[in-house]
Amino acid sequence: MRRLVYLLIGVFFGIVLIKSEAASWFRIYEMFRFQSFHMYGIIGSAVGLGIVVIQLIKRFKIKSFFGSEISIPPKDKGITRYLLGGSIFGLGWALAGACPGPMFVLAGAGYLPILIVILASIFGTYIYGLLKDKLPH
Amino acid sequence: MEKLLEPWPWYVSGPLIVVVMTLLMLMEKRFGMSSNLRTLCAICGAGEKVEFFKFDWKQQQWNLIVIVGVVIGGFIGSTLLTNDAAVKINEPVIAELNNLGFNDAGEVYMPERLFSAESLSEWSTWVILIVAGFLVGFGTRYAGGCTSGHAISGLSNLQLPSLIAVVGFFIGGLLMTNFIFPLIF
Repeated sequence: MRRLVYLLIGVFFGIVLIKSEAASWFRIYEMFRFQSFHMYGIIGSAVGLGIVVIQLIKRFKIKSFFGSEISIPPKDKGITRYLLGGSIFGLGWALAGACPGPMFVLAGAGYLPILIVILASIFGTYIYGLLKDKLPH
Repeated sequence: MEKLLEPWPWYVSGPLIVVVMTLLMLMEKRFGMSSNLRTLCAICGAGEKVEFFKFDWKQQQWNLIVIVGVVIGGFIGSTLLTNDAAVKINEPVIAELNNLGFNDAGEVYMPERLFSAESLSEWSTWVILIVAGFLVGFGTRYAGGCTSGHAISGLSNLQLPSLIAVVGFFIGGLLMTNFIFPLIF
């Protein structure tokens, strides 16, 4: 039952990503050239509403579907890993025109070369794991 | 129904992404797509050699199911829910992209130059796609999240680390698009 819910949430998210054009290489190019409000509108409205939702969850101690309190652990403190890792991700995001969610959406939409990007990203994750202790965090 | 088949505007799409994030929180999970890449490494046996992948990946099965759903959603959205996949970007951007050699800008969803079966006969396409994927996978794990985990969930929870990560996303993205693209395309 729970599995079906996860699957449906994923299907819904996939449809939103493809229909919003957030999975289009062109929209990402346009965003990084500051030529359109579209992507900023998507991320901005999501964050704006997201802040309200999370504040409401915290303020009113809203329970999960299974009755326990929803806890949202804070991110670990730091600067280097976020700035450096974020920049490396940004380089790839702009080049592939897709981040991890849209990569899978595009696979479903039949743009098969994206499978190369997905495999390379799994490999990149592996290399990070391999070098983790040697990198500044 | 007609509206559903057209591209969805930002003010519909953004809030719908929050619906996804909220549903996952109500399921006691956290919205984050890039974690799946780590899980896939673990499933492939990376945990035998590298400590970072030594965890009970079955705990992350739910997220793999989400990503399977995302693939299905991509199929449904691009077939049943789309009449015309062309992404109508602005004229000046189309002209710019034409100059870079992307002649189908404004007419398709993804550039044929990188994402068509024919494009794979060029070795340079392989290099670009592999490098791009590698940077995404390496960077996202180094930063501890991608667009869903940091830009949407993290910023929504007013997390400073996520803001720093998003600044990083833009440093990298702006560098690539504005300075590296003219060199490689």
